[in-house]
Amino acid sequence: MSEYKGEIRKMMIILSKASIENVYAAFVLANGARMEGIEAEMFFTFFGLEALHNKKLDHLHVATVGNPAMHMPTMIGGLPGMEALATSMMKKEMEKLDMPEVREFLDILKASGVKLWACKLAMEMFHYTKEDMYPDVDGVLTVGDFYKEAEGLGTHMLFI
Amino acid sequence: MEKTIAQKTVQVNEEGYLTNFAEWNKEIGEELAKENNITLTPKHWELINYIQNEFKNEVPLTIRKIGKSGVVDIKEFYALFPVGPLKTATKIAGIPKPVGCI
Repeated sequence: MSEYKGEIRKMMIILSKASIENVYAAFVLANGARMEGIEAEMFFTFFGLEALHNKKLDHLHVATVGNPAMHMPTMIGGLPGMEALATSMMKKEMEKLDMPEVREFLDILKASGVKLWACKLAMEMFHYTKEDMYPDVDGVLTVGDFYKEAEGLGTHMLFI
Repeated sequence: MEKTIAQKTVQVNEEGYLTNFAEWNKEIGEELAKENNITLTPKHWELINYIQNEFKNEVPLTIRKIGKSGVVDIKEFYALFPVGPLKTATKIAGIPKPVGCI
């Protein structure tokens, strides 16, 4: 703590889910770090990889089932079209706040110097290759590699 | 509180942002840039003029808007103001720190 008086120097953000509310939370935190002069790197693992998958990242949805804060009965949340409806409503609200779409947000993060890493294990599990991913992905890493990236004082790690 | 910048006494808040844009001038901008380890180039000034105009028009500033400004793209913006770009640029420009999260 004493070296930088507990100041945050780098955020390592692990995204393990691809429902749009989680993806945006991770992106806003990564962008917010850069805007404050803090380094940021993101590790996309398990379903979080969908937010980095070139053919899927434009079609992410809000989770309407198993999300008590939606205030929607699970059975209704499960009806066909509910996810799409909730997603389009949420996107409209976010546009008002000048929130970019997922792909544009990735472009902003890259331009801001955020490193984007895909998890090797999850890539193998889903049979994805680097070519399936967002073109500007920085690489495919093991957990060990990711910890190596995190080295240094003032690094904080966050799992979403 | 009061602060003397470039031989002029101005009102600033606790983070060092000018609280009255009318008190700002180019010399103050130069001085504040120096305090933030930035040497202002014509491109910096172009960006500063842009955000000052947005402020006058009461348009909230976001990183996305900077990228679409036509003045710089986001990469260039970070190259001009490497540490906390929008915070630093607004401080030099004599306008309030943006309050949004994006």
